[in-house]
Amino acid sequence: MDLTYFFELLLGGLTRGSIYALLALGYTMVYGIIQLINFAHGEIYMIGAFTALIVIGVLTFTGMNGIAIILIAIVVAMVFSTGYGFTMEKLAYKPLRRAPRLSALISAIGMSMFLQNYVLLAQTPDFLPFPNLLPKIARLEQAESLMNSSQFTILVTTAGVMIILTFLIKFTKIGKAMRATSQDKTMAMLSGININKVISFTFVVGSATAALGGVLISSHTGQINYYIGFIAGIKAFVAAVLGGIGSIPGAVLGSLVLGWTESFGTGYISSDYEDVFAFIFLIAILIFKPSGILGKTSAGDKV
Amino acid sequence: MKKSLRGALMIAVIFLIAGAFVFAGGSQEGEAKGPIKIGVAGAHSGDLASYGLPTVNAAELVAENANEKGGVLGREIELVIEDDQCKPEVAANTAAKLVGEEVVFVLGHICSGATKAALGIYKDSGIPVMSPSATNPPLTQSGEYPNFFRTIASDDAQARLQVDFAVDNLGLSKIAVLHDKGDYGKGLAEFAKQFLEEESGVEVVLYEGITPGAVDYSAVINKLGNSDAEAVIYGGYHPEASKLIQQIKKKNMDITFISDDGVKDETFIKVAGDFAEGVYATGPIDTSKSPMAQQAIQEHQEAYGEDPGPFYLNAYAAAQAILNGIEQAGSTDYDAVTTALRNNFVETPLGEISFDEKGDAIGVGFSMFQVQDGKYVEVK
Repeated sequence: MDLTYFFELLLGGLTRGSIYALLALGYTMVYGIIQLINFAHGEIYMIGAFTALIVIGVLTFTGMNGIAIILIAIVVAMVFSTGYGFTMEKLAYKPLRRAPRLSALISAIGMSMFLQNYVLLAQTPDFLPFPNLLPKIARLEQAESLMNSSQFTILVTTAGVMIILTFLIKFTKIGKAMRATSQDKTMAMLSGININKVISFTFVVGSATAALGGVLISSHTGQINYYIGFIAGIKAFVAAVLGGIGSIPGAVLGSLVLGWTESFGTGYISSDYEDVFAFIFLIAILIFKPSGILGKTSAGDKV
Repeated sequence: MKKSLRGALMIAVIFLIAGAFVFAGGSQEGEAKGPIKIGVAGAHSGDLASYGLPTVNAAELVAENANEKGGVLGREIELVIEDDQCKPEVAANTAAKLVGEEVVFVLGHICSGATKAALGIYKDSGIPVMSPSATNPPLTQSGEYPNFFRTIASDDAQARLQVDFAVDNLGLSKIAVLHDKGDYGKGLAEFAKQFLEEESGVEVVLYEGITPGAVDYSAVINKLGNSDAEAVIYGGYHPEASKLIQQIKKKNMDITFISDDGVKDETFIKVAGDFAEGVYATGPIDTSKSPMAQQAIQEHQEAYGEDPGPFYLNAYAAAQAILNGIEQAGSTDYDAVTTALRNNFVETPLGEISFDEKGDAIGVGFSMFQVQDGKYVEVK
């Protein structure tokens, strides 16, 4: 087999995996804390991308430097999206915390549809171009055919976010509280943890990663519309389940495995069956390890 | 089996009826007085009525105009309007009714399936048919229906143009075909692949479907690069096309991108930006700005108080072509009329059209456009 081609596919799969991972992290965190599959997570990602596009549009007129614009856009998008994430939890999930899990799930699906249609009406049903302002890395220019700057930025960011989240959960006070909440809400409350605060914090962090993903991924694909969150969200959700939902490293591993499966499946067999490969792999993993690659049984740590 | 039996029975019945008429009215036929009856068939009720009714309006307006000028060959034009609901099983009955009404030409039917079901009946009765909207390729290309004409390009016309352009105009020989797995995109891609394989010295190096909406197409782009393709023909819509072309250009691959009217859309240029430069796409020849088309649209607005619906201009052109054919032939005789249609050009809202041997309109169809300086420009 042609080695260059193999590496192209390997790196392509890696990028695709990191794209999924940026989103899968948010799914897995929320699931880890309150066992809710937050279907509206993809919509937060989409709102992040739209916010960034508006900010970029305004700032471009001031003639600012491209890197400064993208950084400000990312910060504003993150703030805006965390606002949405926080409010969403208070409105749609908190009142249902004692209800059966299915009710909260339906509420999440409703939230997802609501946000999609809200953006559809408030913005536009059309595709909009998203400018690529990510910095060009001079050294990568030579290896453009293997990996371009935006792919590299996504890769590095995903790795960074994963490390920060792992650190946050393992070594900080709020992380300890999150782990406690995930294990036993009542007991955590009894030992003085404000679980409402912990859950809100989880949504805020999850939404911030989604917004970051929204800006980076849209820079990579170069276009957005109100529906991008749904399609990307479904794949990221699959990746999170594949890696073991509730586990942070699992989400990243699951995403990479999914990215590579699709990339090599397309590269060596056919892109007609891209989704088929992804889902066959998911089924195979779930048969042998029902809780995912790095998933733990319900008794263990979920975060 | 059952269907063909029913069809055969139907034809037998029609023959009997038609025969009876010939016997009864033998002397009348020769004199040919009274109005010229033109059948108008299509979906006038049901889900697809909005596709069929504009044709009725067009036929009425054209007939009215002709009658004001004293009719055709000195005879008045009378329309016989029959509904087929776009259903093949109803269309056979519709055809039988129109044959019974002794129409000399049928404008219709609207849907390809219904048209096909009715065509055999008209063929056996020696009645020519002209559809403004049936795009199914075999209707003309199979050669089974010499009585069939149409004023719309067939489904494969775009693929034909793409292939001819890539092979003859650009001189390319290694071509990849991609599609979005949808009915429209895949249908076109299949035709493109088939036409490419028929060309000698041309190789289809890659034929694949991509997943619409995916975040990243790097794998398929790598595959494209690995296949040494000089050009890619893409069947699908603009969102995926703009992602593909961006990734192709970002990798500095020298591949000509040729697509269809799903991509010949301003949104494509807006979204793909500079990456869109040089992209080829086929699109319908735009005639709606021509004076005749403007006039036809205005007539509709005056008569019905609203803008015309789908296929209106195609139907208007068809009605004009039919009347012109009869005029030129000097009679309503089948052979004379069909020969006249094939040998005369007529000025219509779709431009100057005539018909080829198989019944497809010459002068109607698609042309190739290229993105130049942020605009689609027709490539001659």
